[in-house]
Amino acid sequence: MTDYTDAQIWLIIAVMGVATFLIRFSFLGLIGDRKMPDWVLRHLRYTPVAVLPGLVAPLVIWPDATGGATDPARLLAALMTLVVGWRTKSLLWGAAAGGLTFVALEQLF
Amino acid sequence: MPSTTRNSAFRQGIVAGLPFLVVGGPFAALFGVIATQAGLDMAQALSMSFLVIAGAAQFTAIQLMNEAAPVWAVLAASLAVNLRMAMYSASLQPHLGAAPLWQRLVVAYLNVDASFALGIQEFEERPERPLGEKVAFFIGTMVLMAPLWVIGTLIGVLAGDSLPEGVSLDFAMPILFLGLVAPMLKRLAHLGAAVTSVVAALAFSGLPDGIGILFAAFLAMAAGAEIERRRG
Repeated sequence: MTDYTDAQIWLIIAVMGVATFLIRFSFLGLIGDRKMPDWVLRHLRYTPVAVLPGLVAPLVIWPDATGGATDPARLLAALMTLVVGWRTKSLLWGAAAGGLTFVALEQLF
Repeated sequence: MPSTTRNSAFRQGIVAGLPFLVVGGPFAALFGVIATQAGLDMAQALSMSFLVIAGAAQFTAIQLMNEAAPVWAVLAASLAVNLRMAMYSASLQPHLGAAPLWQRLVVAYLNVDASFALGIQEFEERPERPLGEKVAFFIGTMVLMAPLWVIGTLIGVLAGDSLPEGVSLDFAMPILFLGLVAPMLKRLAHLGAAVTSVVAALAFSGLPDGIGILFAAFLAMAAGAEIERRRG
């Protein structure tokens, strides 16, 4: 339980909601349909491969579920996902391969 | 018939988003449970899920509220976690920036990790698609997820501790995002960016949540752009 008043909790919710929306709207809203410079676009092309791997890397290497201890089953499952996903160019095949690898290894160890 | 093709783009978006429902539902329920434990009532927990729709930021806020952190600290930490979404916004701009304002408002509200990753992959694969179809696809990826996020929260609030323990569902999220990234690794520049991202994110893991990933992403984008510039 916390010591926050109802008003403080609502303030947190409202500011989080509005600020998160403004972050999400930022470039879509302000730049609209103007064209950004080529060098900016060249960087932005790499946004998904620059953010998502770094976002999940700690979850794979130091998982909460094991208290942060590196787990070979998760490492191998992540590797399988990448290799199969890359070869088949398919999210579903990659995720299926990774998920099955993880479940199988969890059963073994 | 543009409206027919828009409908089919919308349906494609819905189908593309389906795998993420498996993760989103339980994740939202878990949020409902811990938000209740932290002292939020039902209206507050549901409002947060409806207004913020960002799992990591919501969990960060609740965690800090459990530690009785000052209000400004709760806000600073949870919003730092969401700063990466400014990059998503910039990355979507070349594809969706020309859409009418109301559509950009809807896209912005629904701009989360999964919709961004699904959307940008589709837009880069088929850049020639008309704008209306791109917007329809993007919204389609979230049309089930967004309500599920609130409904899942409600289930968590109602069920409380009686919710069954998840069977290692924590690992489903990384698997899905890795599965999304893998097909995007088309050239050396993509691979260079991804490897830089992983190494830098791990190196910066001591920084406050959300800040390390920002620095890592900047470095990784620079790496990708530089490799592209040199190799053409």
